[in-house]
Amino acid sequence: MNAIVMNRVCFSYSNGLVLRDVELSVRKGEMIGLIGPNGAGKTTLIRLISGILNARQGEVKLDGLHAGKLKRNALAREVAVVPQQFNIPFAYRVEEVVMLGRTPFMKPFHDSSARDRDVIMQTMDVVGIRRLEGRYFSELSGGERQKVVLAMALAQEPKLLLLDEPTAHLDISHQVEILELLARMNEEGRLTIIAAMHDLNLASAYFRRLILMKEGAIVADGPPERVLTSSTIASAYSVPVHIQPHPLTGVPQVVVLPTGNGHRQETVS
Amino acid sequence: MRIFTGPRRHISIILLLLLVLITCVIVATAVGSVSIPFGDVIKICWNKVTAFDFTPTWRAVDETIVLQIRLPRVIGGALVGAALASAGVLFQGLLRNPMADPYIIGTSAGSALGATVAMLLPVSTAFLGFGMVPVLAFAGALSTVFLVYYLARVGGRTPIVSMLLAGFVVSAMLTALMFLMITISDTLHSRFASVYGFLMGGISVSGWGQIAVAGPIILVGIVVGRLWSFRLNAFALGEEGAAHVGVEVERNKALFLALGSVLTAAAVSISGLIGFVGLVVPHALRLVLGPDHRILIPASALAGAAFLVIADLLARSVASPRELPVGIITALIGAPVFLYLLRRSGKEYSL
Repeated sequence: MNAIVMNRVCFSYSNGLVLRDVELSVRKGEMIGLIGPNGAGKTTLIRLISGILNARQGEVKLDGLHAGKLKRNALAREVAVVPQQFNIPFAYRVEEVVMLGRTPFMKPFHDSSARDRDVIMQTMDVVGIRRLEGRYFSELSGGERQKVVLAMALAQEPKLLLLDEPTAHLDISHQVEILELLARMNEEGRLTIIAAMHDLNLASAYFRRLILMKEGAIVADGPPERVLTSSTIASAYSVPVHIQPHPLTGVPQVVVLPTGNGHRQETVS
Repeated sequence: MRIFTGPRRHISIILLLLLVLITCVIVATAVGSVSIPFGDVIKICWNKVTAFDFTPTWRAVDETIVLQIRLPRVIGGALVGAALASAGVLFQGLLRNPMADPYIIGTSAGSALGATVAMLLPVSTAFLGFGMVPVLAFAGALSTVFLVYYLARVGGRTPIVSMLLAGFVVSAMLTALMFLMITISDTLHSRFASVYGFLMGGISVSGWGQIAVAGPIILVGIVVGRLWSFRLNAFALGEEGAAHVGVEVERNKALFLALGSVLTAAAVSISGLIGFVGLVVPHALRLVLGPDHRILIPASALAGAAFLVIADLLARSVASPRELPVGIITALIGAPVFLYLLRRSGKEYSL
């Protein structure tokens, strides 16, 4: 059974068309990198899959069920989201943030079970933030915060994890740490993962399937070798690039070719 | 392991606050123009609510003072404090804004206009022996919230910022209307003391009738708020974030808005506009207990009740026999406490 099937999905915000005829099918256990320039529709695609937005046309099916017709609570037990921006008012401690991931399992008269506590501890161990327990979220570094948000999403015990630029604004050690963690969750936990990525080289190194979007449509879909070619990248991003294999692993790596005259003049003078 | 001492820690906090509240109630019932020994107050209440009776050693008039005059007023104060403080928690949590108070989306202006209209009317009782003022204050507060909610609604959604703005504008308009009425009406001129009393806030409870109506409304409001408090917690993630963890945002926003507004309206109908309780009590408790609404709602209700019982005691005793508006006391105590907390905890809040 497929984890996600999208059939000719169209979506527009009030000010214009954003997604056009998106066809997508994702098998369970896949790990997919979503790439494309700003405004290509990556976040909108994620919002359609997470049920925050409803398709104007076409259908989005999760596990064979219509995403738009599922109850929020049921949906949140299947799909967790790590958003692009995350801020929380008031003085929340790390474990209190992670606890919010248990919301879909809570009911009136039944809002603090032993199982909730176990899952919170487990996910904090998995993500490696147990040592941050008791610290205020607002006092953490960007990398630590991102791990707390990831732990919160994992506390939902989802089958599908959607991440919107999980490595933005992080240093390379935290970028690698987050991606290694996702790869491990994907491998061991059979978690289906879709992550919007800006760093093409990291995307190429960690994702076995890449989806390239441009102007609201999917323009390439496949393994990095097929998606990251100089012609597809040049046309999607309007930037000339050179593609070369990674010296050790052989996956394609993207090298930018500077075009500005200013650059050349500087080196001459 | 702070939260994981969870349930037991919560129960001990609640028991402690309950003890504080009961003590405040006994003290406030005993103290007054005729002072009655604490022991007698306890025994009189005990005789009233249980089958077992102490042999009366007190004057019959003391019993009447306790049961018919002081206790209704003290319980009324406790209910108002509980309602305002828990409404404050609900609004602050829902709006993700530590500066929110129960009056933020127009309940104060709506109820004040309602009360003013009531004072203008030739009849003073509405139904079942209820005064026109509490009934119209209650109705004014609730209809204002409906109006604000309706005005802020765009395409099936009610964005919080639109609601705050609509609340601000509607409040300004209703307040202007109220002052217009006061200015041009001779009747209101002659009843200015009553209008003023409403605006400054004061517990106006005579007998148990009002409490029998407002009490259940307030208690049910607090209990429902506590039962669904785990969803209020999710609102800290923002509306989209709350949806990600399984909360139907618009439906729950309407629920918490309705709860907070009913609590506020019930409080205002007993007491007029008492400020600062709904702002300071949730603030202080959040600093001590953390932002989890599962403990914050019941704790704020109990602490708000105790705070207002003491404030009302001060209001009727510091300048006795003259009675001060209790709103003056809550502001005089509340404002400095608030400023102290703000300076101490500045870094812990981010909008």
